[in-house]
Amino acid sequence: MTVTSASVPTPRVANAAMGAEGLKEKISIRDLDFYYGETRALKSISVPLYMHKVTAFIGPSGCGKSTLLRVLNRMYDLYPGQRADGHVRLDDTDILAPSQDLNLLRAKVGMVFQKPTPFPMTIYENIAFGIRLYERLPKSELDDRVKHCLERAALWDEVKDKLDANGLSLSGGQQQRLCIARTVAVRPEVILFDEPCSALDPISTSKIEELIDELKHEYTICIVTHNMQQAARVSDYTAFMYLGEMVEFDETSKIFTSPRDNRTQDYITGRFG
Amino acid sequence: MTQHTVTSFEDELQALSRSIGEMGGRAEQIVERSIVALLRSDMTLAHEVIEADKKVDALHRQIEEDAIIVIARRQPMAQDLRETVAAIRIANDLERVGDLGKNIAKRAVVIQHESFSNKLRVGVEHLSELALRQVKKVLDAYAARDVVKAEEVCAHDEEIDAVYTSLFRELLTYMMEDPRNITMCTHLLFCAKNIERIGDHATNIAETVYYLITGEQWEGPRQSSTRIDE
Repeated sequence: MTVTSASVPTPRVANAAMGAEGLKEKISIRDLDFYYGETRALKSISVPLYMHKVTAFIGPSGCGKSTLLRVLNRMYDLYPGQRADGHVRLDDTDILAPSQDLNLLRAKVGMVFQKPTPFPMTIYENIAFGIRLYERLPKSELDDRVKHCLERAALWDEVKDKLDANGLSLSGGQQQRLCIARTVAVRPEVILFDEPCSALDPISTSKIEELIDELKHEYTICIVTHNMQQAARVSDYTAFMYLGEMVEFDETSKIFTSPRDNRTQDYITGRFG
Repeated sequence: MTQHTVTSFEDELQALSRSIGEMGGRAEQIVERSIVALLRSDMTLAHEVIEADKKVDALHRQIEEDAIIVIARRQPMAQDLRETVAAIRIANDLERVGDLGKNIAKRAVVIQHESFSNKLRVGVEHLSELALRQVKKVLDAYAARDVVKAEEVCAHDEEIDAVYTSLFRELLTYMMEDPRNITMCTHLLFCAKNIERIGDHATNIAETVYYLITGEQWEGPRQSSTRIDE
């Protein structure tokens, strides 16, 4: 059920290592434009997001990386005046189509935000809440699922004795992992991380990174980060964006040792502007 | 290339590059002078060379430490990462070059009272000229970030190998001719081998310079190992 590069228009992104062998494109972005009113924030973006791989988006503030992420689960639909043109396919469905069921899409494409955003309810409910929206499970099965999700988010051992405590009582790093557990709970296929560690201390950051490394075996992961070392550590592919354009997309090892474009080189070595 | 936003980072990288330049100059001088000491049986010079290697070793340690600090403090990426790694690699090679030069000087001391034929003298001289030319050229390639020069160094190593092999044969003949030549010839043979190894290190450095500039590993012909079976 994956789209091969043959079934979508030929991408025009500079330096893209597309159609890499043995990889399936989970999400295919082709010629994507995005507008905030009259402002064109994304300019003809083409990039593949490979299945079970971590793709990092890097670039200076305002380059459009968060905008791109918001397109992938149609978050922008919440705001009038924002629109996307182009092709974004998740497997074989066009997620930009007006007929796309947004709730279904957002269940398939989960998102973790910069600031931890647990619901003001118990730890247990933070996770069970989402599950109940999509499935009717007997209590025992629900308990198992909550436990499983907390385990997947490497949080179970820390909270198993206080599942009834308020989610907001946890530390920042724990809250973020709770949000990841909540995202995992509805069994998404893709997880989007928008600067998930920028508000966390180094230890919590390491835990989240470790988690991303584990999660990629089951999910396709996209991460926006300002921390270059983090992108280098956690991702398999890296896309460098600048002023709404996709400047370079390649294997992470290539981008951080010998990028092809001078703008990428200048950005990652701290020579920008 | 545009400057770093953080100027002290820029300074640190430039300092690394300057240290490599200094170390290269010193290593080159050691080799040059050790050959003179050997061919002229100049013991004062030989001892000076042995002493001078200590400074090269010190520079090696300093470059390594500085590079490690750059990595720890700046987490260099791309070109900067290659600069830093190249500095470590080149410093390693230069340290070996200095050592090999010092070893020639030590052997010069051991065989100071032996006299050897003009033909051998010319052979050693020629071999060392070739090796030194390679060292000089690769240091220029590094300083100017000149990929063409680096490639030329990689391509010219075979010449040294060929001269070494012929010198090797010649020394063998001398030894067979008269066993009393064996001590002197063995030392000379080691000296020749050292010079040939110096050429190899120059090639290594050239490959590093190639990587530093292009970001690609050198995939041209690898330096041929010296043929000893003939």
